[in-house]
Amino acid sequence: MSNRLGSQTLTFSRRPRVLSSYTLVGPIEGKGPHALDFDEILPDDVLGQKTPEKTERLMLEMAVEKTLRHRNTKSEEVHFILAGDLLNQITSSSFAASTYTIPFLGIYGACSTFAQGIGLGAALLQGDFAEKVLIGTASHYQTAERQFRYPIELNVQHISSNHHTVTGAGAALLGFGDEGPQISYATFGHIVDMGLKDAHDMGSAMAPAAYSTIKMHLQDTGRSLEDYDMILTGDLGKQGRKMLRLLLEKDGLKGLERLQDGGSQIYSEGQKAGAGGSGAACIAVMALGYGLNMLKSAKAERILIVATGALLSALTVLQGETIPCVAHAIAFEA
Amino acid sequence: MKPKDYQKLVKDNSPPRPLLKNTLWAFFVGGLISSLGQVVLNIASKTENTKAEAASVTLAVMILIGAILTGLGIYDEIAEKGGAGAAVPITGFSNTVTSAAMEFRREGFLLGMGAKMFVIAGPVIVFGILSGFIVSLAKALILGLF
Repeated sequence: MSNRLGSQTLTFSRRPRVLSSYTLVGPIEGKGPHALDFDEILPDDVLGQKTPEKTERLMLEMAVEKTLRHRNTKSEEVHFILAGDLLNQITSSSFAASTYTIPFLGIYGACSTFAQGIGLGAALLQGDFAEKVLIGTASHYQTAERQFRYPIELNVQHISSNHHTVTGAGAALLGFGDEGPQISYATFGHIVDMGLKDAHDMGSAMAPAAYSTIKMHLQDTGRSLEDYDMILTGDLGKQGRKMLRLLLEKDGLKGLERLQDGGSQIYSEGQKAGAGGSGAACIAVMALGYGLNMLKSAKAERILIVATGALLSALTVLQGETIPCVAHAIAFEA
Repeated sequence: MKPKDYQKLVKDNSPPRPLLKNTLWAFFVGGLISSLGQVVLNIASKTENTKAEAASVTLAVMILIGAILTGLGIYDEIAEKGGAGAAVPITGFSNTVTSAAMEFRREGFLLGMGAKMFVIAGPVIVFGILSGFIVSLAKALILGLF
């Protein structure tokens, strides 16, 4: 078990790399402060499709195809495609993957799906089960709203802790080579459920999961927050970010100023997006865009991505259940 | 940390809802929609013979306005500010039906739009009828009509 470290961390001595990646976002995300970090900003969130579900699937196909093209990689060279989205039975991913004959592994971790995919992909590479692995996630504001919330045009007053699902997709090609950010560790989190039930405040529900995984990662690897130039959490949003800070402050950890949150930062204040972005695409585009750009431009040498997921469903919310949450951490090095 | 302690921490650190602002907006928007209804009623009273007929025309006009504003993507913006002020009047009821019809149109006319049109308005109708029945029953009992 030499590839394990401590109780929850995987260590990758072969250092798989992100060989290429592609991020695309909708027009609203394209007006946010990170617009320059994304590879493509779509002109609209329809793309000529009949339904938003079809648009979501097309966005994922575009991200995957452009990731492959970037390195002139033929799809036969890729041994696995790991993809996920927010829709029931992750249909967007299955449809998008149906364009290829690459073995497909559908994964679900809500907004943490991307980190789950990267961690699993790196493990497949480390274990010599594959030479190249594709990871992809996508989400669309309209498909998520209808599945988890209400019809788009309904008279609903949003509150400040509400999340806004990111329209976009991100894909990454993992493998071995001389260039590209390396993946050194993956810490898979366990489910944390603090008994919160408010689906309008997923940030507060997810913060303890992020806290648990960060603590476990630091304990397993012997690193501190200060060993990272940036710790980019998934879509905790403004409320969740505040709760995570409170939890970490209680432990007296140093380096809290290095914490950033993808969800809180993807939209600007004036965009009225409540607590911030969420969705399977949120941390994917923020990590592959903003995070990896920091490594590529040498603004950072080491970053930790902590993707959080609220694993609720429309049914469990109606049935008054609590929100089980999870967080997965991936350490990237320049 | 125990779940109970964390729940308390969340409660203590959640921003309060802007109750006063929301209430004032609801009062303003609700009042505006109702005033519009009054204008329509005044006009309808001139053309219709009875009060009941004028009221019916007013309701139909207000429902139409609600549906059109929903279709144009304006009503949810009004509700974002107005809250209950936009949800409670009959224009809000019209919005719940229209928005659901638009949303589920993709799954077809019959099993999509037809089946899901009243998915949000349904409870309003069910409990509206139920509470109407209870109130009439209470009235009948008190006045001794049995």
